[in-house]
Amino acid sequence: MTRDAIYDRLKEIITIYLPEDVNPENISANSHLINELNINSSHLVDVVLDVEDAFDIEIKDAELEAMDTVSSALDIIQKKINNA
Amino acid sequence: MKKRVVITGLGIAAPNGVGIPAFLNAIRNGVSGVQWFEELEQLNFSCQLGAVPIISEEKKRTYFSDLELKNFNSSGILYGTIAGLDALEDAGLQKAAPSGSPHWDLGVIFGTGTSGVDKFREAIYKLDAGKVRRLGSTTVAQTMASGISAYLGGKIGAGNKVTTNSSACATGTEAILIGYEHIAAGRAVQMLCGSCSDDGPYLWGGFDAMKVTTFKNNDRPTEASRPMSATASGFVPGSGAGALLLESLESAQARGATIYAEVRGGCVNSGGQRHGGSMTAPNSEAVQRCIAQAISNAGIDSGQIDYVNGHLTATVKDPVEIANWCTAIGRSGSDFPYINSLKSLIGHGLAASGSMETVAAVLQLHHGFVAPNINCEDLHPEIAAMVASEKIPQHMIEVPLKTIAKASFGFGDVNACSIFSKI
Repeated sequence: MTRDAIYDRLKEIITIYLPEDVNPENISANSHLINELNINSSHLVDVVLDVEDAFDIEIKDAELEAMDTVSSALDIIQKKINNA
Repeated sequence: MKKRVVITGLGIAAPNGVGIPAFLNAIRNGVSGVQWFEELEQLNFSCQLGAVPIISEEKKRTYFSDLELKNFNSSGILYGTIAGLDALEDAGLQKAAPSGSPHWDLGVIFGTGTSGVDKFREAIYKLDAGKVRRLGSTTVAQTMASGISAYLGGKIGAGNKVTTNSSACATGTEAILIGYEHIAAGRAVQMLCGSCSDDGPYLWGGFDAMKVTTFKNNDRPTEASRPMSATASGFVPGSGAGALLLESLESAQARGATIYAEVRGGCVNSGGQRHGGSMTAPNSEAVQRCIAQAISNAGIDSGQIDYVNGHLTATVKDPVEIANWCTAIGRSGSDFPYINSLKSLIGHGLAASGSMETVAAVLQLHHGFVAPNINCEDLHPEIAAMVASEKIPQHMIEVPLKTIAKASFGFGDVNACSIFSKI
């Protein structure tokens, strides 16, 4: 799976969790999930579950802490897929 | 000096009508919301009937965002949110702006028996499989008892007292009285009051096992709920939500709001599970005291009551309830007020019953009619000996009503009675 393909799928997942006043077009690789995209911090665990289902991977608690931006999430997902 | 309290908004998600216009039409015309459920047959239920509000996916999306509906599985919160937001809108009030301050003078008292049983079931399967992390963030908010008041409080931006009460089948009637007291004491200007109940086998199963539901009418759903009938054989389990926006009279008048009725007062008590009272049966002396104290607290005379909205669940105990009313208000025969039980149409809404039935009672008061008691063409002879049959109308009658009483009784031997009048 290419990084672009992962990015597109991740963007779809994140879009569901955006508050009504945040435009999905504002999502970029550097976006901070909580501080910039205003995703409710309690929903991060749901984003992770959706990511696990979408890519058939499992993300550990320690890795979850590192998933603060779109690009860091991409890195973790890509690494998991390649190791699978 | 106590503030006078009035009702300025109504909302409902009932098995025979969602939204006030549909519900009003249904209760005027005696439309039943009871259905047969194949799922209950497959699960070996004795009573395979139930009464459930019908909510389309499109309707859900007008009250909840797509994100809120993702992994949403809590029927009581669904019904309660619809009824509550409808009552707010009916009162002509707006939600607080998302970026603004909350409404400091508006609170929420919205009761339930148990929240999100289907969501809890989902969670238990995941937990037992060792997958606790798969619960995600949505389990707690949907299964905590105060889930419904939390959902409503957040959507509205309520900044006053926001809580959930629970007193079994007296929950809805009690919620209205808690809200009334709060406004009367000057601690809030508006209180959104009501109650909701989940539905389905995981809520109803315990009642089925106790044999308090009817198992004799599975082949005739609309005839199954038979309050005050000689052939009453148990209740039909129901669900839904009713909501009332209570407001100080001075605020309602200043806003020029529609006033449906004044909340004159009420009483909540318990029989202490003594003298015939138990976990499941009421102490009759306590019921009588509750009604009499409600009348006294309302500052009316029992002779002024034009209509009674009974608890009357369609068990063998209905004649006992009628006897308690006769004793408490000192009236019988043709002197007894009009009386009906909404449960003939919508089954027993459990924690939601008190609020749905109060919405029905207030609509009857406001529009001047008594809804039909269906399925009591064979009126119980003990009841016929206490109350003249014309006071238990089997067809809708148009009649001006001025003062009405509503009572609910719940497991744990708890009682609630409220008095409303036209203003």
